[in-house]
Amino acid sequence: MLDDFFTRALVAGVGLALTVGPLGCFVVWRRMAYFGDTMAHSALLGVALAFLFEINLMAGVFIVAALASIALLFLQRQGTLSTDALLGILSHSTLALGLVMVAFMSWIRIDLMGFLFGDILAVSRADIAVIYGGGALVLVVLAWLWRPLLAATVNTEIAEAEGLRPERARFIFMLLMAAVIAIAMKIVGILLITSLLIIPAAAARRFAGTPETMAVAASFAGALAVVGGLSASLRFDTPSGPSIVVAALVLFLFSLAKLPYGARETGQSS
Amino acid sequence: MLQAPAQDTATLVEMHNVGIRRDGRWLVRGVDLSVRRGEIVTLIGPNGSGKSTTVKTALGVLKPDEGEVRRTPGLKVGYVPQKVTVDWTLPLSVERLMRLTGHLGRADVDTALEAAGIAHLAGAEVQKLSGGEFQRALLARALARKPDLLVLDEPVQGVDFSGEIALYQLISDIRDRTGCGILLISHDLHVVMAETDTVICLNGHVCCRGTPENVLRSPEYVRLFGARAGETLAIYRHHHDHTHLADGRVRRADGTITDGCDGHGDTPAHEKAAGEKHGAG
Repeated sequence: MLDDFFTRALVAGVGLALTVGPLGCFVVWRRMAYFGDTMAHSALLGVALAFLFEINLMAGVFIVAALASIALLFLQRQGTLSTDALLGILSHSTLALGLVMVAFMSWIRIDLMGFLFGDILAVSRADIAVIYGGGALVLVVLAWLWRPLLAATVNTEIAEAEGLRPERARFIFMLLMAAVIAIAMKIVGILLITSLLIIPAAAARRFAGTPETMAVAASFAGALAVVGGLSASLRFDTPSGPSIVVAALVLFLFSLAKLPYGARETGQSS
Repeated sequence: MLQAPAQDTATLVEMHNVGIRRDGRWLVRGVDLSVRRGEIVTLIGPNGSGKSTTVKTALGVLKPDEGEVRRTPGLKVGYVPQKVTVDWTLPLSVERLMRLTGHLGRADVDTALEAAGIAHLAGAEVQKLSGGEFQRALLARALARKPDLLVLDEPVQGVDFSGEIALYQLISDIRDRTGCGILLISHDLHVVMAETDTVICLNGHVCCRGTPENVLRSPEYVRLFGARAGETLAIYRHHHDHTHLADGRVRRADGTITDGCDGHGDTPAHEKAAGEKHGAG
């Protein structure tokens, strides 16, 4: 069954979507969209360094993405620039650094477009094994982390006071994000990873009554987007990664139609 | 430091000469504070006097820049912070909020929601609650945990006046029933005073401390809040006597209306044990 490249792409994409759904919910709840983007952009620097030091590509991406998030936490503590500006600096400078380094390494042929926009049709059986193995690991850790992370998302001080160690939860969450970015890079590419995190989660919001159902719904919305996007890309001969994102966008727009947009309440304070 | 002996009643949290410094400025300094089992300690003070900072330091949310904080190992805390905002993208019902930091049985959740007067809102999304309802939900969440130490930072903000008294009554009932310690921040000493054992008046440092009566009479308090703060108390006291009739402890008087709150003296022993020293710092 996995002999066909299209089937492999479907299996890989669905596996990835199931993994990123719950993670994407936290990105949305914690308002970390730009943060996720920054980590994803730093992945190209990871690719370049992996080639330079001849280490495993995914390991390189994971390490650099994790370091980028730690650097950001550190710079935030310094408190000299706003988080927004820091993210902008880190996001684009890591991407640019990666591009420059790749250009310097003329002795290696790197398919830059493949890294930036993904190459899901080229996934191998080994890639699928990594997606499902790594994805399962990410989900198990997230399930274990669920209560402290959710409590910290609602209110860090309550979580801290009641002994749930929100800082640790946040740090592990960053590592999970880095892992997912490393896994997802080949499927949708560096520039589109965050969309796969955020759009299915946003689409799931209206159909969910609890955080847990929203996480599951986001996984399924993502899987639907993968199936729809890949089918469309086969039929209309469009690039696969962007087609998946467009399919996710269509799902999101449908979810908006369920209720008038203005009917939602904005975040409330006490 | 409190002069009252603390050897027989378990001290839940204790702060010694604690200071918190931010951007080269001391937010609070030289704070001594302790909360024992069964004791209600109330912090009062003007805006920016470091009440929330002190409470967060007691809980370990903030690390003290000087002094030391000791908490009983394994202390179970129920915390209602001053401000909680839940992003609308997070689908969170009141019921789910109750289980935010730990598992709770069905009965515990229902009892706490009932006690806070929001049993009918169990299924409601927290973002759709009014300010007062949300505050009750946060209080219910903290109560349902059956904490050793309940820490409430202005717990009745947005709640109407009669609801406010009922909630403070609930808080003191909880103390009587479970024997937990309570650390409370209130801007309204009049409402909380009947239930409070020790009042600590903060303004960057401890201005004065003692029983509510002593603090109200102290010149530091009057300077901080103005002479009228003491006057309105008299009006309130009268009012409070009426509400007290519904309280189990006073009901024994067969509903006879008594002058003042003197009837207190013979009931709660902890009041006598509470720090009497006035003006320490």
